Amino acid sequence: MDIFIQQLVNGLVLGSIYALVALGYTMVYGILELINFAHGEVTMIGAMIALAVIGALLGAYPQAPALLVLLAGVLAAIPACMALGYVIERVAYRPLRRAPRLAPLITAIGVSIVLQNAAMLIWGRSYISFPPILPHGSHTVLGAVVTDLQIVIVALSILIMFGLTLLVERTRLGRAMRATAQSREMAELMGVNVNTVISITFIIGSALAAIAGVMVSAYYGLAHYYMGFMLGLKAFSAAVLGGIGNLAGAMLGGLLLGVIEALGAGYIGDLTGGFLGSNYQDVFAFLALILVLVFRPTGLLGERVAQRA
Amino acid sequence: MPNVPEWLRRHPRLAFGLLAVLLAVLPFIVGAGLGRGWVRVLDFALLYAMLALGLNIVVGYAGLLDLGYIAFYALGAYLFAWLSSPQFGLHLPFWLVLPSGALLAGGFGVLLGAPTLRLRGDYLAIVTLGFGEIVRIFMNNLDAPVNITNGPQGINLIDPISIGGVSLGVRHTILGVHVFPPTFYYYLFLFFTLFTILVAMRLQDSRIGRAWAAIREDEVAAAAMGIDTRSVKLLAFAMGASFGGLAGGLFAAFQGFISPESFNLMESVMILCMIVLGGMGNIPGVILGAVLLTVLPEALRYLGAWQRATLGHVVVDPNDLRMLLFGLAMVAMMLFRPAGLLPSRQRKREFRAEDGVAGQEAASLYDAQA
Repeated sequence: MDIFIQQLVNGLVLGSIYALVALGYTMVYGILELINFAHGEVTMIGAMIALAVIGALLGAYPQAPALLVLLAGVLAAIPACMALGYVIERVAYRPLRRAPRLAPLITAIGVSIVLQNAAMLIWGRSYISFPPILPHGSHTVLGAVVTDLQIVIVALSILIMFGLTLLVERTRLGRAMRATAQSREMAELMGVNVNTVISITFIIGSALAAIAGVMVSAYYGLAHYYMGFMLGLKAFSAAVLGGIGNLAGAMLGGLLLGVIEALGAGYIGDLTGGFLGSNYQDVFAFLALILVLVFRPTGLLGERVAQRA
Repeated sequence: MPNVPEWLRRHPRLAFGLLAVLLAVLPFIVGAGLGRGWVRVLDFALLYAMLALGLNIVVGYAGLLDLGYIAFYALGAYLFAWLSSPQFGLHLPFWLVLPSGALLAGGFGVLLGAPTLRLRGDYLAIVTLGFGEIVRIFMNNLDAPVNITNGPQGINLIDPISIGGVSLGVRHTILGVHVFPPTFYYYLFLFFTLFTILVAMRLQDSRIGRAWAAIREDEVAAAAMGIDTRSVKLLAFAMGASFGGLAGGLFAAFQGFISPESFNLMESVMILCMIVLGGMGNIPGVILGAVLLTVLPEALRYLGAWQRATLGHVVVDPNDLRMLLFGLAMVAMMLFRPAGLLPSRQRKREFRAEDGVAGQEAASLYDAQA
């Protein structure tokens, strides 16, 4: 039982990070029907910039309050990633908006190769460790250890998701985004500046990615130029699991994927009599994804799209 | 073909003969001109051309986006390694192992396709991606408790292909000339690539090929016309997978060593890039894409020498820089020619038409790929 609750907690923490990244995928997909393959790399760049700023600040002012340093790192990463997201959309996606479906997918992959290798050139090939400025208290709840960091990650994620939902559901901008997602032409006729809406979507998604990047590097204590790849893959799977294009779906999918992964890793040894170890945790995530899609082809919360006649 | 000179166009037989002669002497020219390492690059270009043509059946003909194609390549390679290496002490001949690899991969193609082919577009893409990752993770971890794949270390000492008792894996001296293994494999791969091209061409113009095109264009209409969309799609999956398995077996024999690292998602993505970049659905385009994306990263290795020649010293480590430039080149080429370098005729027509239908068609994965 202890291990169940412990893994549930771990899964929820990981899942809320997945959810933040998945939101970026799903928002872009909802509007452009484009898999923004470079989104995982934006997350990585966010983590790298935050770590660089934190490292530099700690080097200059070793006695600076930890919270302030951390905040400075995050506040540097967010606008940098926003700018990056904007540039990616302008350079790699907008010129191809009327091109065949797969053309922007290829530029997306090209951009992610560029970002990965640029990060490798700037920050090197080795793992960068997160400086020990994070809160390290922990509590025991129902036999499971919950660290302060985990609480902060989950609370912050919930707050951000709540804010995003408000933005999309209640504001003028949100309405423009929903309209654009429904029909780009119609929204344009109604006076929505579609290009601006698309740019803003990329910018918001990239800001979420920056925060998620800092979270994931804080959680694992590491950052690496290759970290965005698997994270992006998982987050995209989460978005599809929940029903791509659907915000609530991305959140649900992210949490679910995190929990499935953690529980799978915790129990696979017992389930198979020690035959398979916890290194199969990724198999669980993808297997769950395949199973869900086989039975619900449009994801958990995805709308049933009528087959085009 | 746009840039063929008039005199060649008028004598197709002559053009064909010239091409055959060029392909026959290519490894010797390349080996003498650029060094023996480049013959290996040539081999890989052929191998990737085979893979790209196989995936083109699935993506280009039938319009099914498959992001886990490398899994079939992996299955073919691992089967070859299991049946002809010291791993299990088996050393079966290649003419038995290669077809089994193709068959196994085709079987897995059906296994994956049967439950998932009712998914559309990007949902299918993510499921195939998941399948590819699952296969790789299993290959990576099936070394304990029973050692099947030897885990991340991979399987070593795989038998080279030997034809009539002559091994292609060692140097031979023919008429006083040293001929090295990459050159032998070049001819072997060339044979299989030509075979793949032939099959792909015949498929394209066949009844099945037309059924694939119909499904790609409009699945509902295709079903209404009496096409059994399910089994026709499954056939595309199985055919594509078999070519992947065949290429995998050849890869294992050629390298003599395989490990799960060779079969990651990035490989699947690169093969897809070859197709899209070259011109989806068009055989010469797909081959061009495969050759370009194989040769370009290798050519970029000369960056160090180039920096020394122009700037006097090496400013940035060429190994770090070359993939960056490769990514940039990919973006630039796609922006420059959104329909691919050599788009198929039908696709080009669609892309030029600027009426509403073309816009609507471009919005759908299935339509824009003809």
